[in-house]
Amino acid sequence: MFTPLPPAQDRWFTFRMHWKRRRLRARAILKARELTCLRRRPISRGAILLFCTLRNEAERLDWFLHHYRRLGVQHFIFVDNASDDGTRERLLAQPDATVYATQASYRASRFGLDWINWVMLRHAHGHWCVVADADELLIYPHWQTRPLPALTGWLDDQGAQVMPAMMLELYPKGPLDQAQYTPGTDPLNCLNWFDAGNYTITRKPLLDCLLIQGGPRARAFFHDRPNRAPTLTKLPLIRWSFHNAWVNSTHSILPRALNRVYDTGPGERISGVLLHTKFLPSVVAKSPVEKARGEHFGNATVFDAYYDAVAQAPDLWCADSTQFAGWEQLEELGLISRGGWA
Amino acid sequence: MSARLGIVMLCHTALDRAEQVARFWMQAGCPVVMHIDRAVPEREVTALRAALGSQDLLRFGPRYRCPWGSWNIVRASQDAAALLLREFPQVNHVMLSSGACLPLRPVAQMLEMLSARPDTDFIESVAIDHATWIMGGLSEERFTLYFPFNWRSQRWLFDRAVDWQRRLRIRREIPRPLAPHMGSQWWCLTRTTLQAILTHPKRARYERYFRRNWIPDESYFQTLVRLHAREIESRSLTLVKFDRNGRPNLFYDDHLNLLRRSDCLMARKIWPGADGLYDFFLSDQPARLPAVPAEPAKIDRYFELAERQRTEGRAGLYMQSRFPDINETGAARSAGPYVGFAGFDHVFENFDYWLGQVTGLRPHGHLYAPGCVQFHGGAQVWHGALSASAKLRDYNPRMFLTNLLWSTRGEVQAFSFGPEDTLGHEMIDFMTYDPNATLAVIRGAWLLPLWRGEARSEDLLAHAGALQRREQDWLGQMASRWAQARVHVWSLGEMLAAPNPRLEEIVTRLGGTAGLQAHGYPSLRPREGFDDWLVGLRNKGLPPQILKDYQP
Repeated sequence: MFTPLPPAQDRWFTFRMHWKRRRLRARAILKARELTCLRRRPISRGAILLFCTLRNEAERLDWFLHHYRRLGVQHFIFVDNASDDGTRERLLAQPDATVYATQASYRASRFGLDWINWVMLRHAHGHWCVVADADELLIYPHWQTRPLPALTGWLDDQGAQVMPAMMLELYPKGPLDQAQYTPGTDPLNCLNWFDAGNYTITRKPLLDCLLIQGGPRARAFFHDRPNRAPTLTKLPLIRWSFHNAWVNSTHSILPRALNRVYDTGPGERISGVLLHTKFLPSVVAKSPVEKARGEHFGNATVFDAYYDAVAQAPDLWCADSTQFAGWEQLEELGLISRGGWA
Repeated sequence: MSARLGIVMLCHTALDRAEQVARFWMQAGCPVVMHIDRAVPEREVTALRAALGSQDLLRFGPRYRCPWGSWNIVRASQDAAALLLREFPQVNHVMLSSGACLPLRPVAQMLEMLSARPDTDFIESVAIDHATWIMGGLSEERFTLYFPFNWRSQRWLFDRAVDWQRRLRIRREIPRPLAPHMGSQWWCLTRTTLQAILTHPKRARYERYFRRNWIPDESYFQTLVRLHAREIESRSLTLVKFDRNGRPNLFYDDHLNLLRRSDCLMARKIWPGADGLYDFFLSDQPARLPAVPAEPAKIDRYFELAERQRTEGRAGLYMQSRFPDINETGAARSAGPYVGFAGFDHVFENFDYWLGQVTGLRPHGHLYAPGCVQFHGGAQVWHGALSASAKLRDYNPRMFLTNLLWSTRGEVQAFSFGPEDTLGHEMIDFMTYDPNATLAVIRGAWLLPLWRGEARSEDLLAHAGALQRREQDWLGQMASRWAQARVHVWSLGEMLAAPNPRLEEIVTRLGGTAGLQAHGYPSLRPREGFDDWLVGLRNKGLPPQILKDYQP
């Protein structure tokens, strides 16, 4: 399914993207004025960092911090976009978190990317970084026994700078608002179903990245306009360099070569998943709010129907849903791969 | 009284782990000589010395800077071994290990094993003519060329140097009476052998020679031991698993049970953060727990499987980190065998049901029907939560099929297709070049639903013409001499003339011979009046080649 580009076109795309990368970086630097640093903590050399933009995630925050701390993240860098539910206070209380704050528009900052590009430009050079939203939990082959330093050490040995981890959307069995979730506990206790094999992949030659779509949202909300279904590609683990710039969420990055995280021969490279815990019961109440804010999509009105559908607390579960059982199961299903990391 | 086994440890990182292991050896009475790489900062070395304190059984060897594959590694081992032999006269076996090695067995058991064979040298020493496992291509040339450049850091110069020496036919003379041997860097030698190597009158000459070899740490002792040893067991007592790049695989906590099954005494390399492994093997647990039978093949298999997954992958899988160029690899494009039937459901009564009865499969209807995916039994979702939405399917029809086949691995998929479906040229191309596909086509069968009026069309002739063009296009693709699929094409006339042998041919392939005897053949759907309709159509101007298909 992969078809190589003609060399001339490939060079042309690289050239175009080179300038795009410079433009994005310049834009990030300009947008830096929107950020205020509320708390700065020292970052040790070689520490694994985590970057996250968030807004009103008090419910998920504790488990998020717990999950990534046990994976070996040593320092968190948050960009808090106008939280008013106590998230900010809780962030400021963390001993290992640097906190930036802004009241500016998430959408006008290319969905937080300009901010992330800026704080990464400032803090991340040479570090291995996780870039995840508050509702995304990274897991990868052997994650319970081998924390992130083991993985990044191995990736360094392999000469890899990025590890892909597509979003795996989790949902409960039954209507979305019927599930019970206690903040601070593992969200997988109530969200433990997923779609195992309905993902479609298209390669985007300009960025040389893969566009993965599908999953429960495509199945339930976007079946009549699949091209609008959310992108699931993510590159959440990356050894950052100040040359880099995120293009479109963390779906794709520049320079182009970093997007080539897939093997175009028969072999498999390493990959993980971001467990997407968006569909906690609170999503139903949040949905009309997000619809009114219109901050999450470029052409926000197109997604009104989606927000309306979520506000109805639909049941995403179907008879062919799969119950989450661990990374071994995901590897067996072909969603992730250990890629030689025995 | 200290033990008869002495340890040489070459350390360069994770000194705290090295310290832990050194303590383990000393507690068991084994003398240890540590070599610490010159490149390690003085601060860390001081910290290590302070942590270990003064110990009777501990010595530090002279420090050298030891880049990968350099002569200094051999020099460091020589000096450390000499120091060990000099300082601890009761030592009979010397084990060379690294700071990232971990003893897998209780020391008592190791000593027992070694004292049972006091004259045996444990060193992997393979004559180069037979060393087919060497990574990196060079085997004999390691011994006959000069290697002034480092392979890791000066790769280009290294390659050019090798090229030029080959071109100029430069060959170094191997000092007599050496016969080049190679093997794992980690050995366990007897005092007599080591003493003989270290005090040999021609040692300086041999060193001058090996200094210019490539990776001398894998050949110096391995070659010289052949001159002196009384009894060689040509295997390393240290378990090392290399990946395809020739780097050792690291062992992590989850390898605990695997390591317990090893028949080696040591394992390398251990990830410094593997608390579980260090805690287990450096405690008294290996001695207390009942011994696990050694199954080294199991370890090999585990790593081989991972390696195969990296290099060969799982056929038919398209995912975030595997997106093969299917035209290039020539491998199977899909995960399992499948059969596409074109026109059978138009010709036979209840064909899907009959096929399911006879073969035990769950045949789908028209997977690519416009409007809706006709999964078996009219299901709305199929394995892997594959949706029956036609729009989702048509968004990426190829991945719809590969997803279906991947999610139903182990079960042959059968489905109907035809020119009336939304199946494009690209899909037929995919199936035609897929060795997993079997395509059975009744040419011209799409006329039957037109005649039955199942497909309403404003302009019947134009519709028929379009369908016929599509069918022609497909048949052209399927007739390609490079087609990988098994393709059977019959005209409608041929099929109607003798349906049963042809059905039998296909069903036998699907393993339905017994089912065929039990359930018999399907009956033909009625087609009285079809001939007249066709004649009428011809008179209205239908292209004559369509009619040919109907003539038996």
